[in-house]
Amino acid sequence: MSASPSLHAPQALNHFRSPLAQTPFHPRTNAANRLQGWAPWAGYMTATCFGDSTMEHTAIRNAATLYDISPMVKYRITGADAVAYLNRLTLRDVGKLATGQVHYTAWTDDLGKVMDDGTVFRLGPADFRLCCQERHLPWLTETAWGLDVGLRDESEDLAALALQGPVSATVLQEAGFNVQTLKPFRMASFAFQGTDVLISRTGFTGDLGYELWITPDQALPLWDHLMQAGALYGLMPAGSEAVMLARLEAGFITTGMDFVPVQHAVREDRARSPFELGLDWMIAWDKGHFTGRRALAAERDGKTSKWALVGLDIPGNVSAEGAILYFDKRREAGFITAACWSPTLKRNIAIAQVEARHASCDHLWVEIYALRELQYQKLMLPVTKTARPFFAPERRRATPPGRY
Amino acid sequence: MTYDALILGAGHNGLVTACYLARAGMKVLVVEKNDWVGGAAVSRELTPGFTYSNCSYVASLFRPEIMRDLELPRHGLQILPYEGGAVFQEGGGYLGMYRDHDANRREFARHSARDAEAYDVYSRDVLRFCRFIRPMLLRTPPDPARFRPRDLGELMFIGKQVSGLSERQIAEMVRFWTMSISDYLDHYFESPVIKAYLAVSAIIGTALGPMSPGSAYVLLHHYMGDVDGNIGAWGFARGGMGSITKALSSSLMASGGDIRTGSPVAQVLVKNGRSVGVVLENGDEIRAKRVISNMDVKRTMLKHVAEAELPGDYVASVRKFKTRGSSGKLNIALDGVPKFTALPEGSSAIKGDLHFTDSIEKMERAYDDWKNGHFSRDPFQDVMIPTMIDPTMTPPGKHFMSCFVQYAPPKIGGLAEGGRDWADADRDAFGQACLDQIERYAPGFKNLVRHVEVRTPRELEAEVGLTEGNIFQGELTFDQLLFNRPVPGYANYRTPVRDLWICGSSTHPGGGVMGAPGRNAAAEILRDAKLSPKDMSDAWPVL
Amino acid sequence: MPGPSFDRTSSDRSVIVIGAGPNGLACAHRLASKGRKVTLIEAEAHPGGGARALPDLAPGLTPSLAHLVWQLDPRVEAAMDLARHGLAWEATDIPTTVIGREGNLVIRGALTDGPDAAAWKELHQRLMSFAAALEPFRRMAPPRLQAAGNSWGRLAKNLIGIRALGTRDFRELLRVILINAHDVAQDELSDPRLRAALCFDAVLGAWAGPRSPNTLILLLDRLAGEIAGRKGALALPKGGMPALARAMANAATAAGVSLRSNARVSRINIADDQVTGITLESGETLAAPLVISAIGPKATILSLAGAQHFDTGLVTALRHQKSRGGTAKLHLALSALPDFQGADPRARILLTRDEHEVETAFNPVKYGEVPARPVMEVVIPTAFGGTGAHLLSANVQFAPHAPKAGEDAARAQMLAACMTRLEEAAPGIGALITKADLLMPYDIERQFGMAGGNWHHGELAVEQMLFNRPIAPLSRYATPLKGLWLTGAGTHPGGMSGAAGRNAADAVLEAKA
Repeated sequence: MSASPSLHAPQALNHFRSPLAQTPFHPRTNAANRLQGWAPWAGYMTATCFGDSTMEHTAIRNAATLYDISPMVKYRITGADAVAYLNRLTLRDVGKLATGQVHYTAWTDDLGKVMDDGTVFRLGPADFRLCCQERHLPWLTETAWGLDVGLRDESEDLAALALQGPVSATVLQEAGFNVQTLKPFRMASFAFQGTDVLISRTGFTGDLGYELWITPDQALPLWDHLMQAGALYGLMPAGSEAVMLARLEAGFITTGMDFVPVQHAVREDRARSPFELGLDWMIAWDKGHFTGRRALAAERDGKTSKWALVGLDIPGNVSAEGAILYFDKRREAGFITAACWSPTLKRNIAIAQVEARHASCDHLWVEIYALRELQYQKLMLPVTKTARPFFAPERRRATPPGRY
Repeated sequence: MTYDALILGAGHNGLVTACYLARAGMKVLVVEKNDWVGGAAVSRELTPGFTYSNCSYVASLFRPEIMRDLELPRHGLQILPYEGGAVFQEGGGYLGMYRDHDANRREFARHSARDAEAYDVYSRDVLRFCRFIRPMLLRTPPDPARFRPRDLGELMFIGKQVSGLSERQIAEMVRFWTMSISDYLDHYFESPVIKAYLAVSAIIGTALGPMSPGSAYVLLHHYMGDVDGNIGAWGFARGGMGSITKALSSSLMASGGDIRTGSPVAQVLVKNGRSVGVVLENGDEIRAKRVISNMDVKRTMLKHVAEAELPGDYVASVRKFKTRGSSGKLNIALDGVPKFTALPEGSSAIKGDLHFTDSIEKMERAYDDWKNGHFSRDPFQDVMIPTMIDPTMTPPGKHFMSCFVQYAPPKIGGLAEGGRDWADADRDAFGQACLDQIERYAPGFKNLVRHVEVRTPRELEAEVGLTEGNIFQGELTFDQLLFNRPVPGYANYRTPVRDLWICGSSTHPGGGVMGAPGRNAAAEILRDAKLSPKDMSDAWPVL
Repeated sequence: MPGPSFDRTSSDRSVIVIGAGPNGLACAHRLASKGRKVTLIEAEAHPGGGARALPDLAPGLTPSLAHLVWQLDPRVEAAMDLARHGLAWEATDIPTTVIGREGNLVIRGALTDGPDAAAWKELHQRLMSFAAALEPFRRMAPPRLQAAGNSWGRLAKNLIGIRALGTRDFRELLRVILINAHDVAQDELSDPRLRAALCFDAVLGAWAGPRSPNTLILLLDRLAGEIAGRKGALALPKGGMPALARAMANAATAAGVSLRSNARVSRINIADDQVTGITLESGETLAAPLVISAIGPKATILSLAGAQHFDTGLVTALRHQKSRGGTAKLHLALSALPDFQGADPRARILLTRDEHEVETAFNPVKYGEVPARPVMEVVIPTAFGGTGAHLLSANVQFAPHAPKAGEDAARAQMLAACMTRLEEAAPGIGALITKADLLMPYDIERQFGMAGGNWHHGELAVEQMLFNRPIAPLSRYATPLKGLWLTGAGTHPGGMSGAAGRNAADAVLEAKA
C-alpha cells in the first residue's frame, strides 16, 4: 500500500485552543443555530438542534432538511486490489457493486464481532469511498497488508450534507441538479460553480433523501444555493436530535448507540456479531475469505449467537429509553438501546438487544422509569416484536421521485 | 506500658496499618527515626516559603477504599487531577498530551495519524489488564505451596478472575505481563516519540529498561490507580505528597493512636521466638504485643533482628530480595515558570509531566549506563511543576519543580568490583547533568533556580531508609511479586518471628504510594488477633 | 479459535510435509508410520535444515549451522530408531571449558572445580530437577486456556509432577520461573566463569541479555532435553551434524516417506477454503488434503498460503511476532589445532569471562550495532577425529539482525571483533586461518529461511511460548485454514529436537481420530 505520510494532512499546533473542530459549513450552521446547542461528533461540533427539534423532525417528514454530515469518517481506497481489499475487509461482495452504486455494509474482527457499519461508494472501477462512524486507520492499514491499494483518510477533504425529506428531489431540481433518474443507492456527479458536486441517493432518515459531497471550499456556496432553492419548499437545517428521531423511525442502528464497536469494548461480552445485530443478511458467503468468515460460519452452523437485535412496539406513549427488559416480569432478558414516541407513526417504538433465546420477545416486559416532576414513576409494560423499518414510505424508493 | 501494636516507620503504609489497628481498638504507637512523619510521602520546607514533595511526587495508586475508610479528606487530604504533559524532541519539536480526547488525538496525529487512532485501542487493552488486576490489590496473596483453606480460597479467587476472561484474552494477558514495553508498543505504534511517551510508566523506579521483558507489567503498576474512578489518571496531593501522610497521622490521632518521631529503632526484641517490642537507638525499650515494620524486608530482617532468631533459609531468601535503586530526584525552587521554547503560548502541557527523552532507544541507553554503574549521561527525567495547579506550596509567582530521574545506580562504577559509594561530587555532577538537560529545552531556566535538593539512591537510603534507594522497597519483577513478595512462603505479611509483621511496599502489591500493603497487613494482623476489621472496605467491585 | 482443520470426510490419506529439518523429518516419519502417504518436500539438496551440510569450507571441512545437539526428543529417537539408520555418537558428554581471566574452568554437567564446586553442583542439580518437572510440557500440544479441548489427565499429571518437587523447591521454582539468569548467577555463584557459563547458556540463540527477566527459563528449557537417555547432555554425532540429518532422513524413508529434495514450494494451493496441495517452483503441482509446514509460521502463512486466506488480526499478530536473530555463525578453516590456553579441544569452549561480558555484548545489538567484544561458543568438530586441517565452528553473540551500518559493513566489523576475541583467547590462531566465513543473522535468514535469522523461526521467549507460540490462534499446530498445519521450531516447544514435529503429527492424528 502507499506510504503513510499521505494518510493525513499535517495539523496545526494550536488545536488545543479549540479541541472540537468546525466543519466547512460552520459559518452557516452557527448563524442558524438559534439555541447554540452543540455536541461533539467525531471530533467536530455538530448542532443538536437549531431551534425546535419537533419542527426540524416535521420538516424531515413533510418538507426537507439540511443536515451537516461532514464529521462522517471517510476513507478513499484506490488501486488494483481495491475490490479484493474491500472484500477482505467487509461482509458484502463489493465485486457486485457497480460504478456509481453505493451499498450499506459492515465489518468484523477475527472473531466475527462487529467493528462498524458504513457505506461503500464505488466511484470507479478501482476507486472507492468508505464512510463510517468510527476511525479505523490502524485496522484498515493492517488489512491492506500485502495488497496493492492506496488508502487515504479524506475526512477533512470533503464537506458533506444530507438533504432529506419528501421535497428533497424537488429542491435539488430547483437548484439545477436533475436527479429524476437517480435510483436509491446510486450516485451522480453534477457541475456546480466550476466544481463538481457528487449526489448520492442515500440517507439516514428512511425517507426520500440525498447526500451531497463537495470540496470544503465550495461548502458555503452550496449551502446558500440549496437554502435559496428550498426557500419556498420549507427547507430548513436540522440538528442531530431530529435526525436521530428519524433514524429510529426508519429502524436504522447506530454504532456506539445500539451496539459497542468491538475495538472499543472494554468488557469482552459487549461485542456483537452481525447475527446478533440482524446484519447477517449482508454476509456474502460465496465471495471467498474475509476477516471473521470462519468465526461467523461457526456461529451460523453452531447457532451460538447469544443476542438478537429486535424492533419493539410498546403500549402507551412513554419512551422506554434506557429501560431493561424482563422475561415474565422477573428475569432480565435484554435492554433497550433506542426508544421514542414516533410522531410519524403515532406509536411507541424501540430497538432492543435481547438474549437470543428471547428473540421472539414472547412474555417480555419492559420496566420504564418515567421521570415526572423530579419523581420516577415505574411502568411495567408488555412488548411486541415489530419488524424494522418501523416507517418505510413508498416515496423513499420511487424513481422518478415524487414532487412532494 | 505495653502497646498492642508498635509500628516501625511513619511512612504511608505504616500509618495506614496503624490507623486500621487503632480503629479496631488497639493501643497503637508509631515510632519514626526522622523528626517528621511521611517516609517517602513527605512534604518538607528546605528553603523558606517553598514546600517540596521531596520523594514521591504524584498520586494515583493510593486506594480510594483507604481514603474513605480512614476519612482522609476530613483530615485534610485533597487530590488534584492534573492535565497535560509534553515530550520535547531533539530539534525543537514536541508531543503534547491533553485531557481532551479530540485535542489529544489531533496532537498525536501530528506525529502519526495511525498512532493517534491506535492509541484508543491501546488504552482499551491496557485498561482491560488494569481492571483485571485491581481486585487483587486489597487481598493477601495465596501461598500456592500450601493447602490451607485460605490459600486455596485466594487461589480460587484468582482462578475465578481468570476464568471470567476469554481464552484469547488470557493468552493476551500472559503475553503482556511477560514482555517488554518496547515490544508491546511496537504492536500499536510507529512514532518513536509517541512510543517514548507511553514507555515512561514502564521504567519509573525500575531497574529495567524499556526493552527488558517484564517492563510492561511495571507500566500496568503505574496505570492501575485512578483519580476519582478515572483509571490510569494521576494527580497531585494538595500541599505536596506529605499531605497524604499528614492526613493519615491526623486520622490516627483521632482514633487514639500515637506517633513518636526522632526515635530510630536499634533492635527488635525477640523472646522465645516472639517479638515483644523494640530497643531504640537511645536505649529506650518499648514493649508491644506485636511489632509491625514499615521498613523494607531487608532493612527489617537483616539490620534490626538478630540473625540467630531467623531460619537460615529465610535469611538467605531475604538477602536475595532485589532492591537495586535506579532513581534520583531533584527538587527545585524556582523564581518563575521556565519557558520551554517548543511549547506554544497558553499550552496546558506545562501543567503536566514534561520529558526530554524522545525515543525508546535513548531510554534504553540510559539504562545501559545504569547497568554499568553510571548515572545516565542523557538521563530520562519526569519533570513536573505542581505549583502550576497547587497554590499552597510556594509564594505566588514562585514555583516548585520536581524532577524524577532515571537512572541512578545504587553504587558508582565498576561492574566486576561491585562499585563504590556515591560521593558528594558524584551527586553534584548528577544534579548538574539534569539541570543542563532542562536548560537545553528551556533556555534561561537556570537563572530561575533558587535552591536545588539533589537526591541520589544514597540520600534516599540515608533519609527514608530505602535499602539501596529502591523507591518500591524491592524491584517489581515476577520473582518478587504476588506470592513471591517479599519472599516465597511469607507473602502474608508475616515473618518467621511470631508477632513480627511487615507492612511496607516490600510486600504485596508493592511500591508506589498505594497504601494497599499497609491495609492488607492490618487485615491479617486483625484476623490473627481475632478482632473484627472495623471500617475496612474490601476492594470495590469493578463494574 | 481454530478447530481441528482436517477434512473428516476425505478418504485421501496423503500428506505433504514442507521442510526436511529435524521437525519436518520427525513429523513425516510419525505420520508415515501411522499409515499416511507422506511426501516430504525439501528445497535444498540435502535434508536437515539447520543440521544440514553446508558447502565445504575447505576440502573435508563441512560446516553446518547447528554444531552440537542439545536435545533429541526421546520419543523421536526411539521411534525412528536412529542407531539402526546410521546414527552414532562421537560424544554425548562434551564438557564445557570457560576461558576466564583466572585460567580455564572445565564444567562437566554438575561437576566442576574451584571455589564454587559445591555450590555449582547444588545449583545444577536443582536446575535439572526444575527442568525435568517442566519437561513433560514439551511432549504435548500447549494447553488450552479454557475447560474444553484439554487433555486434563496429562495436564494434571504434569502439574502434580511440578508440585512433587517438594514445598521448598516448588516455591523456589515459582520464584525463579521468570527470573533473569544474571541474578541467579550472582546469588548462587562467586566464580565469574561459572556465572558466565550459566548466563551464556541461558541466552544462547535468544534475543536477550542475561539481565533480561525470563531468561532463566530458557536455560531450564535447554536442560530439559536428553540425548540417548542422558539428561542435559551435549552431543556430537559421528560425522558431524549432517550425519544426524541423514539418519533421520533414512529412517523417514524407511518408514515410507517419499523425500523430494531440490524442490522448493512456491505456494500452498487452496480451494473452497480448504488446502488442496502445493505447487513447486518448477510448476509441478502435488495434491493432498493435508499440508504440514515446518519452514516457519510466518513464511507458511504470509507467503506460501497467502495472507488473504486469513483474518486481519491473525495476520497482524503474526507479522508482529518477534523473530530477531541475535546469533552469528563463524566458520574457520584452520591449518592446525588452535590452542585455547591449554584447553582440551574436544570441549565446547566459551569465550566469556564473566556474566557482564554477555550482557555488554547484547547492549549494542538492541540498537542495530555490532558489539566490540562479542562472546562466543567455539566447537572444533574435527578435534574429535580429524588430523591436519581443522574446522572451527562458533556461535557468536550478539549480532544485529538489521544493522544500522548496513549488512556488509556490519559483517566486516563483526568478523574483526570475532578475530580480536579469538586471538586473545587462543594467541596465534589468526595465523592458522586459511578461510573464514561469517553468517550474520540476515545471512542465516537468506540461507535457511529462518525469519530474522532467528534459530527458532520466531524468538523463543516467554511471551511467545506455549499457548502463545507462535501466536495464540496458531498455538496447537492447526491453523484456521482447513488442511493446513504448522510444525517446526516456530511452534511449541521450539528447537530442533523433533518434539514439535512429533507433537504436530500427534495433533493431526488426534484430529483425524
